[in-house]
Amino acid sequence: MMFQRMLVRAMIALAMCVAVNAGAQVYDPIEPVNRVIFSFNDKLDQYVLRPVAQGYVNVVPRLVRTGVSNVFGNISDMFSALNNALQGKPEPLGNDLGRVLVNTTFGLGGIFDIAGEGGIEKSGEDFGQTLGYWGLGPGPYLVLPILGPSSVRDTAGLIVQGYLDPVNQVTPDPNKYELIGTRAIDARAGLLGTEDLVAGAALDRYTFIRSAYTQRRRSLVYDGKPPKDDE
Amino acid sequence: MKRMMMWMLCVAGFVGGAVSIGAHAQEGPDALIKRVSSDVVATIKSDKDLQTGNKRKLYDLIDTKIAGNFDFARMTALAMGKSWRTVSPEQQKVLADEFKQLLIRTYSGALANFQNHAMDFKPLKMQPADTDVTVRTTVTAQGGQPIGIDYSMEKTGSAWKAYDVIVGGVSLVTNYREEFNNVIRDSGVDGLVKALQAKNKA
Repeated sequence: MMFQRMLVRAMIALAMCVAVNAGAQVYDPIEPVNRVIFSFNDKLDQYVLRPVAQGYVNVVPRLVRTGVSNVFGNISDMFSALNNALQGKPEPLGNDLGRVLVNTTFGLGGIFDIAGEGGIEKSGEDFGQTLGYWGLGPGPYLVLPILGPSSVRDTAGLIVQGYLDPVNQVTPDPNKYELIGTRAIDARAGLLGTEDLVAGAALDRYTFIRSAYTQRRRSLVYDGKPPKDDE
Repeated sequence: MKRMMMWMLCVAGFVGGAVSIGAHAQEGPDALIKRVSSDVVATIKSDKDLQTGNKRKLYDLIDTKIAGNFDFARMTALAMGKSWRTVSPEQQKVLADEFKQLLIRTYSGALANFQNHAMDFKPLKMQPADTDVTVRTTVTAQGGQPIGIDYSMEKTGSAWKAYDVIVGGVSLVTNYREEFNNVIRDSGVDGLVKALQAKNKA
């Protein structure tokens, strides 16, 4: 606990120091370390995550998988609502709250995305985006073990989210880890099929993913309308 | 009287025909994308080989129906940045051609899944004199989240051509810029040509 708190402070301090680092070139001062973690993640994915996710897709019927995705999606909608509130965006906030309310009640605890069927769109805000909205640049690019591409800013966001995440409050521990594992498999299953695309497209997968991640996060911070780079 | 009517109908038909020909010649950038994508989707829907992911046929489909609407030289120039102007026209042609092959190969894999996706167009903000616009679309997979796909398009002569595709905020050209520049920095433009050729032969 103590250690986590210190880590949060260190992360935030670090992010402050390197705030607002625009430009096309991604700031990646610890690239050699990142590359090592990147290859570790690759191996882990190749031998564990991807086969498990593939097995999950093969064994579990689509309807059930959608239900699982929706339940975790419902949790992320709660966080999205909180982050829209922190960014002062009333309309997506209303959508998120509506989604959580409808899906938790009529959708039986989030198993059915009734609100989505009714056309209320997810807005998918997170703490990293909120920090970005308030002017904090991404800072150095980071590759996190297991979790993959990130930045100092987005990692700070993840830590905050980790504190508040209801899944992390579940007791006893085995149930908690089961939920964390299921969420990871669900997330990975959603990405099956994209590996070949990246492998086919990239001259160097590390650079390719780094650039895509950085662009994607920037676009999300600006809600899909980022200002043009002044190259 | 009857002849008069016939004559008028002929004139009306002729004028109507001329107007529609004119409209096609001045096809707007959004209409172009709409036409090409529905054509491609229809082709995939009518061909089992394409649906099951026959690489050769998918490649040919993109090459014949889609690639002609892209300005690969411009894309390569944008991805290479300053280095583009330092190389000979012959080498530029080789680079643009290799880049084109790489993109077609990559996306032929993704295209087979495209038939079940719904595509929506956002209203195009454009003045008649504009020669550079962004056509914004959203594509929704069955049961998935909508994702934005934008096309940066430029008018040269009377035809519109795309020079970048931005998927979910990720610009294709920008994504390659770093890759290309790294290779050029390490092994020069020749190295980039070799890297692309190796990738396309793989």
